[in-house]
Amino acid sequence: MDFKRGEEIVFTFDGKPVSAFEGETVAVALYAANVRKLATSHDKHRARGIYCAIGNCASCMMIVDGTPNVKTCVEPVRAGMVVESQPDKGKLT
Amino acid sequence: MIHTDVLIVGAGPAGLSAAIEIGATGANVILLERSNVAGGQLIKQTHMFFGSEKQYASYRGYEISDILLKEAESMPNVCIKLQATVLAAYDDGTWTADIEGEYTKIKPKVVVVATGAAEKSLPFPGNDLPGVCGAGALQTLMNQYGVKPAENVVMLGAGNIGLIVSYQLLQANVNVLALAEGSQKIGGYLVHASKLRRLGVPIMTGYTVKEALGTTALEAVTLWKIDENWQGIAGSEITFSVDALCIAVGLSPLAELLWQAGCKMLYVPSLGGYVPYRDKSLCTSIENIFIAGDVAGVEEASAAMVEGRLAGLSAIKHLGIDLPNQSATEADYYAQLASLRNGHSGEKILSGLSKATL
Repeated sequence: MDFKRGEEIVFTFDGKPVSAFEGETVAVALYAANVRKLATSHDKHRARGIYCAIGNCASCMMIVDGTPNVKTCVEPVRAGMVVESQPDKGKLT
Repeated sequence: MIHTDVLIVGAGPAGLSAAIEIGATGANVILLERSNVAGGQLIKQTHMFFGSEKQYASYRGYEISDILLKEAESMPNVCIKLQATVLAAYDDGTWTADIEGEYTKIKPKVVVVATGAAEKSLPFPGNDLPGVCGAGALQTLMNQYGVKPAENVVMLGAGNIGLIVSYQLLQANVNVLALAEGSQKIGGYLVHASKLRRLGVPIMTGYTVKEALGTTALEAVTLWKIDENWQGIAGSEITFSVDALCIAVGLSPLAELLWQAGCKMLYVPSLGGYVPYRDKSLCTSIENIFIAGDVAGVEEASAAMVEGRLAGLSAIKHLGIDLPNQSATEADYYAQLASLRNGHSGEKILSGLSKATL
């Protein structure tokens, strides 16, 4: 198969640089960088990762550029974007 | 407030087909898709389709998506918006949407809901570990983005999705250590199952997942044999070291908007869950809301395309547009659906549909 990849860009995940291709989603770029744990369950603080990858299940929610509860599996990557793990239900600022 | 003849929710195979059918009459269509690509789940289907020429048999899924999208895009009266999530259906007939971040109100004369379905999960200890995911998720990673989704996988579910995705995983150099299926019979087409058996994938019927093991990510999965009451049999456990456990146990209709609009709903297990009551022409209990594709009952994409056409035709009728050959076209769509639902898996669908069709 032929994959048309976009330009290589860099964003940060918990302060560390991660390279990705434009056109990818945040969750896919992290998966390709071998990051499996994306979110944390509210009650028992269990690790959560990709389940559906198409924006249905909300098991990949993270803080993106300061906004909590972003479904990263449908959030396109952008150069310089700041992605952070979300340890709780998220706070609106 | 935007006024339009038709609002279509979802640009998968059903929604695109409805848009093409309605667009050909010159009526104004707004087609909203929440994702940033049109085509729904067709875009990650790398296998060839069965069916007949009319449903693009022998094309691969992503090619069909391109064909449908090009045709819909060529119609100036069809407006396709991506990153456009429909939010709500109000009692006065207003629908609201977030279109590229902008809150928008729409007043359509007719609505076709083609929102599709979501992958089901399964209850077992550890089912929330990263690495336990839907078959569609692995397809998205490997077929849409070209990312190798895992090294070693156990697949759960021997329906067509489980069988086809297992084969695609092998094509992506992923080891499929086992394909477990709770029932005693393979649910999908035997042609897919034989392909896997020839490549050495054990198909373990009568087995399910006992538990998934790992701390911050999946490390292993234990399968066990189940008895006729679907209870695990102690001592029959087999453990595999895996980095992905792929769940392919079916889909359930994404019917939230129909609930909200007040459509009469019914639980039909063989159609995947709660589905709207409808008449033969795919009209719900609300006279200007039509349905097509998996939201009407989970089936294959080929049926979704024909249902999209049929719902489109019914929407045209509701708008009061007279077409030459309307009844012949309608008869053709009914015949196509009947032929797609012919056979073993079709029986289940037909019995489900008979409960939900008034």
